[in-house]
Amino acid sequence: MSMRRIAGRLGRLVGTLCGLGLLWWGIVRLGGVPPYLLPPPGAVGRALWAQRGLLAGAAGTTLLETVSGLLLGTLGGGVLALLMMASAPVRRWMMPLVLLSQAVPVFALAPLLVLWFGFGIASKVVMAVLVIFFPITSSFFDGLRRTPPGWLDLARSMDARPGLVLLRLRLPAALPAFASGLRVAAAIAPLGAVVGEWVGASSGLGFLMQTANTRFETDLMFAALLVLATMTVLLWWGVDRALARMLYWVPDDRSD
Amino acid sequence: MTAPAPALRLRDLAVAHGGRVLFTGLDLTLPAGVFSVLLGSSGVGKTSLLRVIAGLDRPAVGTVAADDGAPLAGRVAWMGQRDLLQPWARVIDNVMLGDRLRGRRPDRDRAAELLRRMGLADRLAALPAELSGGMRQRVALARTLYEDRPVVLMDEPFSALDSATRARMQDLAAETLHGRTVVLITHDPLEACRLGQEILLMAGDPVRVAGIAVPEGAVPRPADEESVLHAQGVLLRRMLDAAGP
Repeated sequence: MSMRRIAGRLGRLVGTLCGLGLLWWGIVRLGGVPPYLLPPPGAVGRALWAQRGLLAGAAGTTLLETVSGLLLGTLGGGVLALLMMASAPVRRWMMPLVLLSQAVPVFALAPLLVLWFGFGIASKVVMAVLVIFFPITSSFFDGLRRTPPGWLDLARSMDARPGLVLLRLRLPAALPAFASGLRVAAAIAPLGAVVGEWVGASSGLGFLMQTANTRFETDLMFAALLVLATMTVLLWWGVDRALARMLYWVPDDRSD
Repeated sequence: MTAPAPALRLRDLAVAHGGRVLFTGLDLTLPAGVFSVLLGSSGVGKTSLLRVIAGLDRPAVGTVAADDGAPLAGRVAWMGQRDLLQPWARVIDNVMLGDRLRGRRPDRDRAAELLRRMGLADRLAALPAELSGGMRQRVALARTLYEDRPVVLMDEPFSALDSATRARMQDLAAETLHGRTVVLITHDPLEACRLGQEILLMAGDPVRVAGIAVPEGAVPRPADEESVLHAQGVLLRRMLDAAGP
């Protein structure tokens, strides 16, 4: 990527953020909205700076939960998708469960999970895993099933072993689909962790937002929200770049 | 080559594709150790027939067998219309795909030697995306040869190439597959006349398979030779007649 492109992208980002900030400031200023409902950008900025230690600590907790959830969910979902591909009984028994993990609203489960796994990070990791399990497993499984038939014919004409076809043909062919699932997972995993923190925790951005909310410290709550959004975007971007590097053979024709 | 090439005997063969019966009662012997070219227009059932011979699909009725009595399974290599290279694997790993999928130790030296014969000695570590269409098809041919099977089935392997590249691939295939029982499918009369030591025209509804007079000379025959050009014209005329008005 050329310097000009980077500059152009940064310029657009700064432009968008300035525009949003200006709109926000305008609504507060001209609409006469009281600061405990919608704090002006300046107040949020001051809270961001004044509480930077608190926010950084909370962000660290949430990041740890999110990344642990991502790793565990990806590993678990990946292994399950492979097992479902390899064995028809596993597929028949597990597919409804995978679907169920998406059908049950995590918001409803959150209090139970906190009861079961405690106020520490374990319950939040479980939440993050639950949130990402479906996109990971279903995208990978879909990819495994949709191996181009020509490759499978070729493998059959070579008297290939089924296990090796799965490992050396279906698996690499499914990686682009798996990567799509992983990108979605990176974007929604923080959500799972924060919901868990909201229900019962002693640290983390969700916990911070919840306490700030009950104390009408709306500026702090918005600051935490801003940190969370930034963290999610950066996490997604990192995962996206890492995947693009790992899937070197997949044409990536993004123009910018 | 390790094993002697058998002739293929097709007996009372009926082949269906997608619920439609393409032909019935087909009796055909594809001679041992030579190029048999199956010529026909698109949709006539050439690919379905080849898939049945390859053991990829079952015939509705009838049998495909080798004339030496031994089973055909494990003695057939198949080359499809597309190169079917794995985009994530380097050229040499693509050539050794068969051993990698069978769980046997790949023979790197032999793969490199085959690629050298294809004129790709300096591209062993390249990815398929870095190669031209002709080069990719040469890698696919090397992969087919790496299997070292006495019977080789080819389904229009050169149809996507430009004329000059196609002619070079035909030369290379004739040279490297010499002595094997090759069944090549094509819709190109010139290809049939250049490579065929046995030329069979598939046409009509229901489909009939008719033997065609083969031009003189050893394969690959030069494309500009009088007998080749004449045979090509005759073939095209017969294909047009078979297709109807």
